[in-house]
Amino acid sequence: MGVDIGRQLRQQGYILGTVKGLLERMVKLGRKNSLWPYVFGTACCSIEMMSVLSSRYDLARFGAEVIRFSPRQADLMIVGGRVTLKMMPVLQRIWLQMAEPKWCISMGACASCGGVFDTYTMIQGVDKFIPVDVYVPGCPPRPENMVDALLQIQKKIDAQKLL
Amino acid sequence: MSVHRNEASTAGQAPRTPAEQRWLEAEHQVLARLERRFPQDVVLGSRVVTRKLWIDIAREALLEVLRFLRDDPELRFEMLIELTCADFLKYPGHQGPRFALLYILYSFRCDAYVRLKVWLEEDDPRAPSATAVFAGAEWPEREVYDLYGIVFEGHPDLRRLLMPDDFTGHPLRKDYPLRGRGERDSFPVLTREES
Repeated sequence: MGVDIGRQLRQQGYILGTVKGLLERMVKLGRKNSLWPYVFGTACCSIEMMSVLSSRYDLARFGAEVIRFSPRQADLMIVGGRVTLKMMPVLQRIWLQMAEPKWCISMGACASCGGVFDTYTMIQGVDKFIPVDVYVPGCPPRPENMVDALLQIQKKIDAQKLL
Repeated sequence: MSVHRNEASTAGQAPRTPAEQRWLEAEHQVLARLERRFPQDVVLGSRVVTRKLWIDIAREALLEVLRFLRDDPELRFEMLIELTCADFLKYPGHQGPRFALLYILYSFRCDAYVRLKVWLEEDDPRAPSATAVFAGAEWPEREVYDLYGIVFEGHPDLRRLLMPDDFTGHPLRKDYPLRGRGERDSFPVLTREES
């Protein structure tokens, strides 16, 4: 009897589940649709990032348009560009200053693996020293790649187990 | 013009434009003036490299020469255009000291350049600081100190300029490995759990 009502309600489009599950879905819904990026832009990738954010590609469609220039107010770090020996401690400090929950996109070849700059002063991929969720290939990546990266982050948030 | 002691005169060294011709002549005139003004062990030699005259100056007399070039009422080389260094380690055909400090001055009065070279031995990379004559030499000298390890005596604040303060070594020296000595891998690793 109870099962039948459940099936009927589901078929009619009603949400059915526990309070816990409902809460979890709401939290995830909020998180993934209002990511506040912090752009750690050190090179040309961040110029491409501007294009992603502005009207032509319009990251606002996916809820990630509120760029914060303080890491304390952001929950998505986008590392775009070359990270040097002198910049790495700064990057680590900024990563630690971001409040949980937080995600990180390594944008472009330089941030992901050092790119063509295989020299003494270049970090060969920021993932060596900070956790990275999504890597974006390209030099610099196309705006579509960045949109895709954001969707990947959203998928990742959706797959997380909260409670 | 007869003082021109050019050891490396090859094809392609002739001036290509009237302006280049004039600049080269002016450089030779400055060289002649320096040789008249200073004793023999100050101006050590000169050579034309790609249509430009480089004058070798003894390290001990560098400040005196710079001051003369700046203050002489007919010359007035008042602008320090460039102060840098070159490492001649294993340079093809090169014999002699390893480092060369390069000074390029410009005179608004004469519209002329003068290029000075100070050779430094590998085991004694010291030079007098040009900040006493040109205040703007401070940062270029810090850069040279940072990247080549040349110590400038009398510099007001000789610290590294580009590399981190705790960096060891001088990366633009030719015997410094391109990928460094592991500095770029020496950071603490932040994992997802602890950050």
